[in-house]
Amino acid sequence: MKNLLTKVVSAALIGAMGLALAGCAGSSNKLTVEDGKLIMATNAFFPPYEFYEGDKIVGIDQEIAAEVATRLGLELEIQDVEFDSIITGVQAGKYDIGCAGMTVTEDRLKSVNFTTPYATGIQVIIVADGSDIADADALIAGDYTVGVQQGTTGDIYMSDEVGDDRVERFNKGADAVLALTNGQVDAVVIDNEPANAFVEANEGLVILDTPYAVEDYAMCLNKDNEELLNKINDALKAMTDDGTIAAIIEKYIPSNG
Amino acid sequence: MICCFDMPAWLSEWLAGIGDEFILNFVKDDRYMYIVKGLGLTLEVTFFAVLLGIALGIICAIVRSTYDKISVEMRPGFGKAVLSFLNAVTNLYLTVIRGTPVVVQLMIAYFVIFASSKNKVLVAILAFGINSGAYVAEIIRSGIMSIDQGQFEAGRSLGFNYVQTMIYIIIPQAFKNVLPALANEFIVLLKETSVSGYIGLEDMTKGGDIIRSRTYSAFMPLLAVAAIYLVIVMFFSKMVSLLERRLRNSER
Repeated sequence: MKNLLTKVVSAALIGAMGLALAGCAGSSNKLTVEDGKLIMATNAFFPPYEFYEGDKIVGIDQEIAAEVATRLGLELEIQDVEFDSIITGVQAGKYDIGCAGMTVTEDRLKSVNFTTPYATGIQVIIVADGSDIADADALIAGDYTVGVQQGTTGDIYMSDEVGDDRVERFNKGADAVLALTNGQVDAVVIDNEPANAFVEANEGLVILDTPYAVEDYAMCLNKDNEELLNKINDALKAMTDDGTIAAIIEKYIPSNG
Repeated sequence: MICCFDMPAWLSEWLAGIGDEFILNFVKDDRYMYIVKGLGLTLEVTFFAVLLGIALGIICAIVRSTYDKISVEMRPGFGKAVLSFLNAVTNLYLTVIRGTPVVVQLMIAYFVIFASSKNKVLVAILAFGINSGAYVAEIIRSGIMSIDQGQFEAGRSLGFNYVQTMIYIIIPQAFKNVLPALANEFIVLLKETSVSGYIGLEDMTKGGDIIRSRTYSAFMPLLAVAAIYLVIVMFFSKMVSLLERRLRNSER
C-alpha cells in the first residue's frame, strides 16, 4: 500500500507541475486575448442584465460591453459560462472581461481588477406568497433554508449569516427560484432585477420590501492587464458623461415601471 | 533530485506560492470541510445507488433472459402473458434510461417527479440507482446468456426447478463472468455522481466548486477533488481484483 501511495503522490505532482508550466506560458503583451476582439464572459440567466433572446445574448451588460468594444475599436464576443467560472476564466486569460452583474467585493479584488461601477444592484429576498418570513432578520433567525446562485454575493452573504447547512446553492438563479416554487427551499436571496423577472414569471412569489444589501456592479479584468482596464474605464466614463449608460439601463429597467 | 541543479526562479516562486494557495483553499475558514462533507455524500449516494442498481438490474436481467430462453416453449396462457408484459416493461425502462443523459434524469427527478421532496440525497440515490440498474441489467443478462445451455439442463435433470437452477447454478457462474464489467459500471457510477451539483446537492465535486467560487483559484480544489476520486477508484479496483482472484479458486 505504501508503494501505491508513493505512485499516487508522484503522479499528482507531475500532473501539477505540467499544469503550472502550461499556466506560465500565457502572459504576453497583447491588449486583448485575441487581436481585434473583446471576449466577454457572462452567465446569461440573469435578466435583465443578460439573457437569451432567441439564440442571442442581450441585456444591459451586453449593450454596455458592446458599446465599450465599439469605442475601443474591438469586436465583442460573448461566452456563456457558469457564474463561478467567470473570475477563474478571466484570471486564466481565457476572457478579457467578466461582465455579469458582478458585485465588487474585497475577496474578488484580490483575484481580479474591477472597472468603475456602471450600475447598482440590490440583493432582495424572494419568498412564497403568505410565507412567515417578514424580513431579513426573520430569515436569518428562523430555521429556514435559503436558495442562492452559487458564487454570487447572495450566496457569500447568506453562507456567512446562516451557515452552510441552511444554504442551497444552484448553478442558475432560475433553478433556485424553481426550488422555491416547489417548496424545496423557503426563500431565495438574489439581485433585485432578475428577482423581478422571476417573480413576474412565477405566480405565488413575492419580493420582500426590505432590501438585503445594496452593491455596485462592475466588469472584472485580469490583474496583469492595466492597459485594457484604463481604456475601458475611460470608455465607461465617457459613456456615463454622455448619458449612454443611463439610456441603456432605462431601456431595460424603466424608472416609472 | 532537486539538489542537483539550481532551481529556476519561477519554480521556487511557484513552490512558495503553493503553500499560500493551499492555506487559502483548504485551511482558511475550514474550507476543506466542503470536500470532506462532499466526499461523505458522494460515497453515500454511490453506495445506495449501487445497491438499488444491482437489485433492479438482477430483476430486469432475469425477466429479459427468462423471456428469451423459455417464452418460445411456453404454451399460450396467463403465465406467458405476464412474462411478455414484464419483458415489455423492462424493455421500455432500458430504452428510456439508456437513451437519456443521467444529468437530465437527475433534474427531471428533482424538479419534476419529486418536486415536493426536500430530500436531495434520496432523490439522487433513486435517480442514479434507477440509471445504473438499466446498465447492470444488460451486464447481468449477458452473464446469464453466456452460461452454457447444458448447465440449465443439468440443473433441471438434478431435480431443480427453473428458479432454483437460476439461483444455485446459473447466477453464481454468471456473476464471476460479469464481475469486471460490473466493477466498470460502479466506477462509472461513482464518477457520474459528480453531476449532483445540478440539483444543489453538495457532493465532492460541488464542494470543490464552492471553494473555487470563494477563492477564485481553480488549480488546488480541482486537483484535490480529482486526486480523491482517483484514490477511491484505485482502492475499489484493487478490492475487485482480490475478489476476482478469490472467485477463481474454484477453477483449475
